[in-house]
Amino acid sequence: MNDLQTMLADTANRLFTDKITKSIRISAEEGEWPGELWASVEENGFPLVLVSEACGGAGALWPDALVLLKACGIHAVPLPLAETILAAWFLDQAGIEVPQGPLTFGPADLTVNGDGTSLSRPMSDVPFAGVCGHVVALMPEEDGLRVALFADPQVESQVSTIARDPVSKVSFSAPAIASSTASLPGNSAQLFGALVRSAAIAGALQSILLQAVQYAGERVQFGRPISKFQAIQHQLAELATQAASVGVASDTAARAVLADPNNAEFDIAAAKVRAADAAQIGASIAHQTHGAIGFTYEHGLHFWTRRLWSWGPEYGGASHWAQILGKKAIEGGGHHLWSTVTAR
Amino acid sequence: MQTFRFDPCDLPPSAIALRSEIREFLSTELDGYPTRKRAETWMGWDADFSRKLGEQGWIGMTWPKQYGGHERSALDRYVVLEEMLSAGAPVAAHWIGDRQSGPLLLNYGTEEQRQKYLPNIASGESFFCIGMSEPDSGSDLASVRTKAEHADGGWRINGTKLWTSGAHKAHVMIALFRTATEEGNRHGGLTQFLVDLDTPGITVRPIKDLSGNAHFNEVIFEDVQVADTQRVGDTHGAWKQVTAELAYERSGPERYLSCYPLMAELVEELSQKNSVGEREEIEIGRVVAEISTLRQMSVSVAGMLEAGQNPALEASVVKDLGAVLEQRMPGLATDLLERPFLVGSGGLDEAAAYLVQNAPSFSLRGGTREILRGIIARGLGLR
Repeated sequence: MNDLQTMLADTANRLFTDKITKSIRISAEEGEWPGELWASVEENGFPLVLVSEACGGAGALWPDALVLLKACGIHAVPLPLAETILAAWFLDQAGIEVPQGPLTFGPADLTVNGDGTSLSRPMSDVPFAGVCGHVVALMPEEDGLRVALFADPQVESQVSTIARDPVSKVSFSAPAIASSTASLPGNSAQLFGALVRSAAIAGALQSILLQAVQYAGERVQFGRPISKFQAIQHQLAELATQAASVGVASDTAARAVLADPNNAEFDIAAAKVRAADAAQIGASIAHQTHGAIGFTYEHGLHFWTRRLWSWGPEYGGASHWAQILGKKAIEGGGHHLWSTVTAR
Repeated sequence: MQTFRFDPCDLPPSAIALRSEIREFLSTELDGYPTRKRAETWMGWDADFSRKLGEQGWIGMTWPKQYGGHERSALDRYVVLEEMLSAGAPVAAHWIGDRQSGPLLLNYGTEEQRQKYLPNIASGESFFCIGMSEPDSGSDLASVRTKAEHADGGWRINGTKLWTSGAHKAHVMIALFRTATEEGNRHGGLTQFLVDLDTPGITVRPIKDLSGNAHFNEVIFEDVQVADTQRVGDTHGAWKQVTAELAYERSGPERYLSCYPLMAELVEELSQKNSVGEREEIEIGRVVAEISTLRQMSVSVAGMLEAGQNPALEASVVKDLGAVLEQRMPGLATDLLERPFLVGSGGLDEAAAYLVQNAPSFSLRGGTREILRGIIARGLGLR
């Protein structure tokens, strides 16, 4: 890690360890907005980490921001922090000023004409729309990505993910307050959404590994800590290898975005395939290690495992991204595959 | 709890230039080389090919020039390894000398030993094997019983080594022998020796594996006389040397690329079909994601070696994940192609038939899955 990454990691760890109490997690799941927590996140400049310094952001690079995106998983942060970081980056890339407060984003059908930019039909599955003052709507255009900033989302209906994060169908009473294009891929919402979820999964796997190792060292059965049983040791070793793999895959994807956001699909796809597969393996091992207590609401393991189950399929699961990789590999032919793999 | 570090690592420009040089060399040298032979990757033995690599300066690349090395970076060497493996080049003859015997001698050998052995390894003319396992010592390496006793100013060896890959063709074995028995200290009393395999009293018996091929051996020592100048490192002090050697043995890209030539041919066959199903695309894509990720992990380990760090734990992580992946490949080919692979049919089918039969060894050789997970568990503080 470079100095900035170490600083971001330390700040995030201190802040989240301090402020995210169990009661905050529970009330957030019950629909109460953790405003104070959000205020400290904003004070530390986290939401604008990827926004250029000229526009009031931290001007950090993707590999630096990844530290915060992993922290969203390490600490199971009950805020739209990843969504805001990404939405702010889209706005910055399109030269649109980033408004205050939590942001969210999603793909949209937009009508762009002389009167401005408006929604052709409501956006669906928008995370945290009910608590965000602004929504960034994204649509592919011939020469890049249309980025439109809407204010005051009207929530038409709302459900929640397994992580108990709200997702909504939204519309707006007014046209976009700003609309521009960015030279980013047309599928940016899903593509970069997959990257932020991969990073969060890497973080969450790291955390459940730590929790399971600690629990196995404390829980005594048959006269010894269960960590002394080889069956447990080998399962936790497997969890560790999965966590390491997703960490590396998401680091690689972030470096690919830094190099060229328009040529990062291979590495993001690989990261999300690994992340989605590992999320299932990892959550299953952590629960098996924790036994019945880990299955209770009272014990906190589920704050992480439910997020893993939810994040795995969000923005495309393993099969979705694997198919994209597989199709390209097969189209390219077996004798060109190795140069694709080594081109990074 | 120790956390695993896989710092991202960029290959230097020298490595990138080297890669095209290697690809050019291989496209000439391996022109028309059959898929079945490529499937052997680092089990494929070809002394002439090894000598040619020596001429290219691609063996002993990181070693000092005074010992025939080329003083290049571990990352340059990494590129040579991955290009050889992905192409299925026959690299077995020099592989062990380059990977672990040479580095062992550089770290612990005497000046005389280095001068005698290293230049010939680097030129691709002297081939090494590793004498560690025995009939009663597989994963439990500290239980080795083959004895070296003081005799006639040197050492006299008696006992049997087992599963020694390439011993029937190699020139030299670096062997681990018991030189003392100490109550309560299983790791003490072990010493490593350089044993020229033409020394009288050594019998090498190839052992056929289940596929009918013989690449590993039983090596019997009967009153074999070895000079003390052939001892590597301190008497009774080999345990730490062996542990360091195993870290080299486990850290390379051969731990996830053993089935790469099959993967390439499988994808090639699918690419020539009129239509490819979703299932094929998904399964191939998943393997591509895993190969790409393992490669980044493997490059990161090479970067740590280059920086002089000790990535033994990270190497175990890569080998464990890698073995699971490469072991899955023959089964995946079976699933996707849905036909029995016939021996003698040539092409992809024969390569697949070979790998179906060899895959069980991938999670045994160089440390079983259980040993690796034990090492990782120790890293996690569980034992």
